[in-house]
Amino acid sequence: MTVQTPNSFRNQPDERGHFGQFGGRYVAETLMPLVLDLDREYRKAKEDPAFQAEFDDLLEHYVGRPSPLYFAPRITDELGKNALPGKGAQVWFKRDELNHTGAHKINNCVGQILLAMRMGKTRIIAETGAGQHGVATATVCARFGLPCVIFMGATDVARQAPNVFRMKLLGAEVVPVTAGAGTLKDAMNEALRDWVANVHNTFYIIGTAAGPHPYPELVRDFQSVIGKEARAQMLDRTGRLPDVLVAAIGGGSNAIGLFHPFLDDPSVKMLGVEAAGHGLDKEHAASLAGGRPGILHGNKTYLLQDDDGQILEGHSISAGLDYPGIGPEHSWLKEIGRVDYTSVTDKEALDAFQLLCRTEGIIPALEPAHAIAAVKKLAPTMGKDEIILANLCGRGDKDIFSVAEHLGVSL
Amino acid sequence: MTRLSAAFTKGRPALVTFVTGGDPTPGATASILDALVEGGADVIELGMPFTDPMADGPAIQLANLRSLGAGTTTADIFRIATEFRARHPEVPLVLMGYANPMTIRGADWFAAECVKAGVDGVICVDIPPEEDPELGPALRGAGVSLIRLATPTTDAARLPAVLDGSSGFLYYVSVAGITGMQQAAQTSIDEAVARIKASATIPVAVGFGVRTPEQAAAIAKVADGVVVGSALVDLVAKHGADAAGPVKELTAALAAAVHSARKGAL
Repeated sequence: MTVQTPNSFRNQPDERGHFGQFGGRYVAETLMPLVLDLDREYRKAKEDPAFQAEFDDLLEHYVGRPSPLYFAPRITDELGKNALPGKGAQVWFKRDELNHTGAHKINNCVGQILLAMRMGKTRIIAETGAGQHGVATATVCARFGLPCVIFMGATDVARQAPNVFRMKLLGAEVVPVTAGAGTLKDAMNEALRDWVANVHNTFYIIGTAAGPHPYPELVRDFQSVIGKEARAQMLDRTGRLPDVLVAAIGGGSNAIGLFHPFLDDPSVKMLGVEAAGHGLDKEHAASLAGGRPGILHGNKTYLLQDDDGQILEGHSISAGLDYPGIGPEHSWLKEIGRVDYTSVTDKEALDAFQLLCRTEGIIPALEPAHAIAAVKKLAPTMGKDEIILANLCGRGDKDIFSVAEHLGVSL
Repeated sequence: MTRLSAAFTKGRPALVTFVTGGDPTPGATASILDALVEGGADVIELGMPFTDPMADGPAIQLANLRSLGAGTTTADIFRIATEFRARHPEVPLVLMGYANPMTIRGADWFAAECVKAGVDGVICVDIPPEEDPELGPALRGAGVSLIRLATPTTDAARLPAVLDGSSGFLYYVSVAGITGMQQAAQTSIDEAVARIKASATIPVAVGFGVRTPEQAAAIAKVADGVVVGSALVDLVAKHGADAAGPVKELTAALAAAVHSARKGAL
């Protein structure tokens, strides 16, 4: 099959929310009018300078943007050590782990709560896996004084106790979901059920660039602040664009946020890194590598599923990557070949986690540790004058307990 | 006349009943479906189990899990349908479920299997009219009814799009919510059914939250059909493979209430 190359990679989705064959609005009829309403309201907000100004102001003064662009000298040296002469690329990081709440998730939550208020909604719901999106949602709800209900799989509630407590401190109600395996996809099912029953007053803040149109588009747009800043900062600092962008992918919001502003720069290669868990032949969460297209949670995209279309549980050491699907724009970017996708195992991510701690004094979240593991493999194959820019999308405070456990350390 | 349209032209409202296929086991479903027919159901909805039943309340969620836990496959569902058709040549059978299991092997494959198994119609929860190309053309091409859902949020401007391409009957979801939970106020159902029937040329059946013969009778006064699901699924949950007796009993009570709802009013 030949795939036609579009004139621009940045004008997706079409007006029906399709990225090629992916995306769309596969929701129950009850939600459809609301989803159409959200689409109309988002178009208006996008054109409204006041909306953009308020978003920018909150990102600057509340979230702490722009986040720094950082050249990482010691990891660059470390990875260049065993490279062939002339090889060993410069490693740079976009420091989105320095945001308020410690991850990129807050960018999107600020945008969506402004939309919710614009639409007159008075109650916010969200799903969360590791709890980062739940914390970010609870944060913006506290900031704007809206009641907040977070659906979280019971398994995740048990293994992410600190984030559950954070959400409660911020005034959110955390609802443990016992259906299914009690993880992220079950939390998303339950959030959709709540939304269907409360469409009149409730706004659903989806945490990743997935779900029914226009969510994948609007989450991407709100997260694109990452790539827009990084592109300008890199040009300012080096006078050139990076050669390769690297980002971890669960649903893919930090990756699409970094990639999207660079998609029409032909010299910039991009690498999305999925979670290979125990290995692609075992339990993993790599939807692109190990799944195939299907329909779940409002969109058509690559999913981990069996021959009958039953959804499989994902596995990753990183709860934030532990989802059996991926945002539809990534499925499209893979299919047309604009972005390359790879995967790294739990073990490789753990090693990379420790490497960054020791070489740069930065404790990353386990999600970007997957990106760093890919950088580790990639940097020695590239020239010394080449630049890799990886998205450090979250900090590792939340992960020290599970890392300790995996390293056999009792705290 | 199709089996489905015949079910709605008996001179009385129709009782539409739902159970999840393969619950509690693929082998047990046949006796439960027979109990529905013997109890007097006019249309049988057979649920295709799915790992992520986003529009369903706890009763049907658990039924999906029991079914999948018993190893039910799509092949089992079509086997159950084929055998049902052999036993009951005249009773309309509708598959109800979610998009992914229906489309994973291609819509044409699914439509062809429906035809082979004698399935009259399909209700797909998460394919709204906007995504009709995913399944609608294949079903219509094969002569299988696509039964769409309308809800309290489906306003007058949107209703024609929902009706366009629908056949068999329109399933009016009486509450904005999930299956098996609260029932809508009767006055809101009356208003909505009147509004929809003014535009619809196909029968209108009302479901979600209907549990008792009394509720069913009240709805049958205005609607062409009444759908009952979770209350029957609860009996399967309670009685397992021995559910046929209690299922037949409740179905008979519901059927009596629905079928006679308009007597005396005429």
